[in-house]
Amino acid sequence: MTGTPAIEGPDETAALAGAETEVERAEGRGPRSPGREPGERGQKGRSLWSDAWHDLRRNPVFLLAGLLIAFLVLISLWPGLIASQDPLSCRLGRSLDPSSAGHWFGFDTQGCDVYTRVVHGARTSVTVGVCATLGVAVLGSLLGGLAGFFGGMWDAILSRVTDVFFGIPIVLGGLVFLSMTGSRSIWTVVSFIVLLGWPQVARIARGSVITAKQNDYVLAARALGAGTVRMMVRHILPNAIAPVIVTATIALGTYISLEATLSYLGVGLQPPTVSWGADISAASQGMQFRNAPHILLYPAAALSLTVLAFIMLGDAVRDALDPKLR
Amino acid sequence: MGRYVVRRLLQMVPVFIGTTFLIFVMVYAVGDPVNAMFGERAPDPATAAQLRAEFNLDKPVWQQYVLYMGKIFTGDFGNAFNGQPVTELMGTAFPITIRLAVLAIVFEILIGLTLGVLTGLRRGRPVDSGVLMFTLVVISVPTFVTGSLAQYLLGVKWGWIAPAVSPAAPANELLLPALVLALVSLAYVTRLTRTSLAENARADYVRTAIAKGLSRRRVTVRHLLRNSLIPVVTFLGTDVGSLMAGALVTERIFNIQGVGFQLWQGIVRQNSPTVVGFVTILVIVFLLANLLVDLLYAVLDPRIRYV
Repeated sequence: MTGTPAIEGPDETAALAGAETEVERAEGRGPRSPGREPGERGQKGRSLWSDAWHDLRRNPVFLLAGLLIAFLVLISLWPGLIASQDPLSCRLGRSLDPSSAGHWFGFDTQGCDVYTRVVHGARTSVTVGVCATLGVAVLGSLLGGLAGFFGGMWDAILSRVTDVFFGIPIVLGGLVFLSMTGSRSIWTVVSFIVLLGWPQVARIARGSVITAKQNDYVLAARALGAGTVRMMVRHILPNAIAPVIVTATIALGTYISLEATLSYLGVGLQPPTVSWGADISAASQGMQFRNAPHILLYPAAALSLTVLAFIMLGDAVRDALDPKLR
Repeated sequence: MGRYVVRRLLQMVPVFIGTTFLIFVMVYAVGDPVNAMFGERAPDPATAAQLRAEFNLDKPVWQQYVLYMGKIFTGDFGNAFNGQPVTELMGTAFPITIRLAVLAIVFEILIGLTLGVLTGLRRGRPVDSGVLMFTLVVISVPTFVTGSLAQYLLGVKWGWIAPAVSPAAPANELLLPALVLALVSLAYVTRLTRTSLAENARADYVRTAIAKGLSRRRVTVRHLLRNSLIPVVTFLGTDVGSLMAGALVTERIFNIQGVGFQLWQGIVRQNSPTVVGFVTILVIVFLLANLLVDLLYAVLDPRIRYV
């Protein structure tokens, strides 16, 4: 029975909690990356992180995703670089005009320049994605980590609270909660995503902290008289953070898609904020795209490409950080 | 096993109460349904007070919640503000959404499993990379984009199907919406099957089966596939939540008058009894599905024992 796959609980990623030793990592990487130079592994202090970075730099998926994301971040910071017009200056007279010189993507129903709006929409999506992910990661790993670290009553209470918030499907919750709020800014949507998104990370963090806590070196540290804070920060955190990072990176793409979905359903961002989801929603209203498909296709393509870039990034990071997949 | 089920059911009680209370507070505390009923006009104070008393809106929120829950367990979801029983709305809406969801799950299983097995057994071949790219793209395109595009191309441009579904929503009209709804999960099923197959293909019991002289087909179907499907089956259970979310979107696009449609009507008209009733049912479905997943784990994988 040796070599039988380990029995895993529902959250598989928890198993990658950095608990694996150097030996296990070396064994696990056998079939899929034969191209490693001999002797390289013999170097001292090669952590999971330097291994992961080594793999990432050679992963074409990561490089492609990185390039796309770098571009997205650039135009989010300075949309003026490639779109000189104002996304809010629209003239009804040009409503639904097809593409022309200077206006490559044509005009939408309100007579706004679609190209300018597509470029300016990037900032919204990237901001929502990054901020929501940071919020979810911090809140989730804090609550989940504390539950896992202290165990007992704290764990029981925090786990039930996690379950309560986990019990509300996020789009359903958005439809109910966000429709009750009068005016919604980017921050309303971000707070909402954090409010209902943190349990996902909390569960992973709890599992991985429990795994890390049982390691011998943690016991050793305690025996040497390390205090609670030192144990958490120096010993458990570095060994339990990998699964959280993987989950958060993958979630980033889905949060961008979620914001667009909420805006599409009419409970997300409102004008004057430029959002791809809201623009697609406007294009679908009464099937206005019937005669002017460009008002649907360009924002849809931009949105999909952005989500694709972040999902590819998440995929690559997971492959690099999860030794089981090697 | 019996004790485990009981324990899990008991654990579900506080979660159910917490979740429904959260929704209840959001709907009743934030919006004022009585004012919404009168639209732009200011309501006559006497009438407003009478309505508030009738719907228990004059009591504190927790008391309203207890009264409401008490009624739910006798099958009374109250009346919408226009007097129609909420259960009547549910009776027309739920069968349509269930039909849509069942069709979507069938698509997930048929297409997802086939693609997953195909690629899992041919790791690294062109078929594998092709399907992997396909799943990556499918996961990245949000459901509402796929839906709008399908509606534009198939319904409007090429005219293969009617762009909107008729109110009765027969199964054949729901095929395209169900496929759109299934796509993202289908891609996940494909990837999960593929990873799981590839992981188990190196397991000792597979080598033993081959060494015993069993045919390749038998090894794949009886030994490899059976063990590899455990995570896939449990995924289908957890997927109920995202199917729900997807159904809200798909119903909106194709104008299907199911749960999402009724919920939306309730929200737009601030018809709180409808909203809370529908959401409560959906939360119960979601919680039960999660419970089912945990139980399936124990049934499918004999190595896991619960006490």
